[in-house]
Amino acid sequence: MYVATKGGDAAIENSHALIAEERRGDTAVPELEAAQIREQLGGAVDRVMTEGSLYDPDLAALAIKQAQGDLVEAIFLLRAFRTTLPRFGASAPIDTAAMTIRRRISAAFKDLPGGQVLGPTYDYTHRLLDFTLAARGETPPVAPEDDATDAAMPRVADILGHEGLIEPETPPPGPEQPYDLTREPMQFPASRDQRLQNLFRGDEGFLLALGYSTQRGYGRNHPFAGEIRMGTVQVEFTPEELGFPIALGEIEVTECQMVNQFKGAKGIAPQFTRGYGLAFGQAERKTMGMALVDRALRADELAEDRLHPPQDEEFVLSHSDNVEAAGFVSHLKLPHYVDFQSELVMLRSMRASAEATQKEAAE
Amino acid sequence: MNALQPAGSGAQFHSIDGVYNFAYLDEQTKRMIRRALLKAVAIPGYQVPFGGREMPVAYGWGTGGMQVTASILGLDDVLKVIDQGADDTTNAVSIRRFFNRTAGVPVTEATTEATVIQTRHRIPEKTLREDQIIVYQVPMPEPLRKLEPRETETRKMHAFAEYGLMQVKLYEDISRYGEITTTYDYPVEVNARYMMAPSPIPKFDNPKMHAMPALQLFGAGREKRIYAIPPYTKVRSLDFNDYPFEPQQFDAPCALCDAKGVFLDEVILDDKGDHMFVCSDSDHCRDRRAEGHMGPRAREAAEKGYGADQ
Repeated sequence: MYVATKGGDAAIENSHALIAEERRGDTAVPELEAAQIREQLGGAVDRVMTEGSLYDPDLAALAIKQAQGDLVEAIFLLRAFRTTLPRFGASAPIDTAAMTIRRRISAAFKDLPGGQVLGPTYDYTHRLLDFTLAARGETPPVAPEDDATDAAMPRVADILGHEGLIEPETPPPGPEQPYDLTREPMQFPASRDQRLQNLFRGDEGFLLALGYSTQRGYGRNHPFAGEIRMGTVQVEFTPEELGFPIALGEIEVTECQMVNQFKGAKGIAPQFTRGYGLAFGQAERKTMGMALVDRALRADELAEDRLHPPQDEEFVLSHSDNVEAAGFVSHLKLPHYVDFQSELVMLRSMRASAEATQKEAAE
Repeated sequence: MNALQPAGSGAQFHSIDGVYNFAYLDEQTKRMIRRALLKAVAIPGYQVPFGGREMPVAYGWGTGGMQVTASILGLDDVLKVIDQGADDTTNAVSIRRFFNRTAGVPVTEATTEATVIQTRHRIPEKTLREDQIIVYQVPMPEPLRKLEPRETETRKMHAFAEYGLMQVKLYEDISRYGEITTTYDYPVEVNARYMMAPSPIPKFDNPKMHAMPALQLFGAGREKRIYAIPPYTKVRSLDFNDYPFEPQQFDAPCALCDAKGVFLDEVILDDKGDHMFVCSDSDHCRDRRAEGHMGPRAREAAEKGYGADQ
C-alpha cells in the first residue's frame, strides 16, 4: 500500500487542472484579457490594489483573472507576490492638497474655494439594470470637458484649521521613518501610522460594517464628510545618492477627511476632530469606512469612553486583514483527525463516568 | 549532515523559474528569521515577534512552519513533512512539493532519514536524534489566548510569570468534570519559566517534548511569533500534585501493525459503527509491518487471503 502519497500528488494536480478548466469557462465565449479587466473593471482592480497594498493595475487585473473574480483570493495573490519584492525605501509623503482633482465634494460647506466637483460617481445614478449594456457595442457618450479642476483646491480641513476649529494634523513624535507593517509585526498599543497602514490594507466589508455600527450608536462620533477628494498625486522619492527628490510617477487615490464633533475634555478645547481614510484608485466606500473607524479608534487619545468594538484597537486591528482571516477560517478544512480523536477519547470517558454516576444514583 | 544531493541538480541550486530564491524567501528575510530563532533558543518557550512574510499558501495552513523551515534549510538537508502524523495528507504533500520545487532538497517519508521534519499536530513515534530539527506549525502561539483575548495583557502575564489564570481553568475543569478536559494543545511550562502552547498536538505527545535530543522550533505565521525548545530542555505539562498529568491511552493496539503505546486514529469502516484503530504515524506503522508485525485486522485479512492494506 502506501500509494496514498502519490494519490495526494495526483489529487492536487487534478484539482489544479479542474480550476484551470473552470476558470476558462465555455471556450465558445472569447477569453477575457487582463487588459480588459484593467480598463473595464476598475472598481475591482482598485480594491485589489488597495488591500493587496501594491499599486499595479496590470498585476491586479491578472490576479483578478487568475482568481476568477474572487477579490479576496486576488488580494492574496497580489500580497504573496508583493512580499517577494525588494524594498528601496519610503517615498516622501504624498501631497493630496496638490492633487489633480477628478472629484471633490464636501458635505460640510455649500461652496468653498475650488467648488464642488461631482466627477464620475454612481451616487446619482438610478440603480436600474441597463439592458443596453447587455447588448454588445456600448459607445460611451463623449465626456464633458472639465476645466473647473484647474482651480486651486485647498483641503477643507486646512480651511477649518486657519480658525483653529479643527485639531491640527501634526506628525506624531518619534522616528521619521514610518512604521512598516509589511516588515514588522503588529504591536499594541498601535501608533497612528501603524493603525492607518492596517486599515488601508483592511477588508472593505469589515471596515464598512464597523463604520456603520458607529453611526448606529456603537461608539458614536458624530461625523461629517468634511471632504472626499479623488484624483492623481505625484509620488516622490529621495535616493540617498542623489539627496533630492525625484518623481517616480503618478498614482490615483481617494482621500476622505471625516470631521467629527467633539465637546472637549480635560485639557483639550472643544474643536472638530478628524478621522482619516485613504485608498488607491476610486474607493469612497472603503475610505469612508476607514475614516469612521480611525476616528473611533482615537477614543483613548480623546478621553472618550471605550465601550464598543470599533473603539477597541486590538479587536479591530487584529481582525481587519482578510488574507489572515480567510486563511485561518479556511484552515478548518485541513484535517484535524488527531485533535478530533483526542476529543472522542475524552468524550467517551466523560460519558462513561456520567452513566456510572446515574446508575449509582438509580440503585 | 546527509550526503544526498538535491534532486535533479548538482550541488548548486538553480532557482525556480529564475525568479525565486532558494527555499522561496530572500536571504534578508531568512537572516531576520534566523535572528528571531536564535533569540527563541536563548529564551526557551518565549514568543519572539518577527516580521512574518506573506507566503504563497494561506495563513493557517503552515506559513509559520514554512518560514522557519525555509530559513534553516540547506542543500544537504533531507526534509520530511507530516500532517496528523502522516506523510500522505494533502497539505503535507503540498508543503513537501513546495520545498522540493523551490529548494530542490531531497524529501523523505522516513523519520530516521530526515534532518528537518516539519509537522502539524503530531510528534513522530520514533525518538528524534540530536542531528534532527523538528519544526511545528502553530495556529495560536499564545497559551493564554482562550482565557485572555488581549495581547497587551498576555504579554504582561508572561513577563511576570503570572499564570494563575490557567491553573484556575484547570482546577475548574477538575471540579466540574473530575478531570482536566484539555486533550490537545495542552499547556506546558518550559525550562521552569515560560508557559507555552505546544501547538495542537495531542497531549499524548507532550511527554516527548521533555528533554528531547532534537531542537524544537515553532512558527506561527499569521500571529507572527517564533519560539523554541533547545535540546534536552525540561518541559512539564501543567498539572496538580493530586491530579497528575495523564496522556491519552488506547486499549487496543494498531489494527495493522499491532503497535501499543502509540497514538491511534479511528477509522470508520461502515455505516453500522464498525471501526478500527490504526497508527496515526504512517511511517512508524509501515516500518513495523515491514518488520513482520501484524495487527488483528492485518492477520484476519491475511488469513482470508487478501491484502492487509485495505
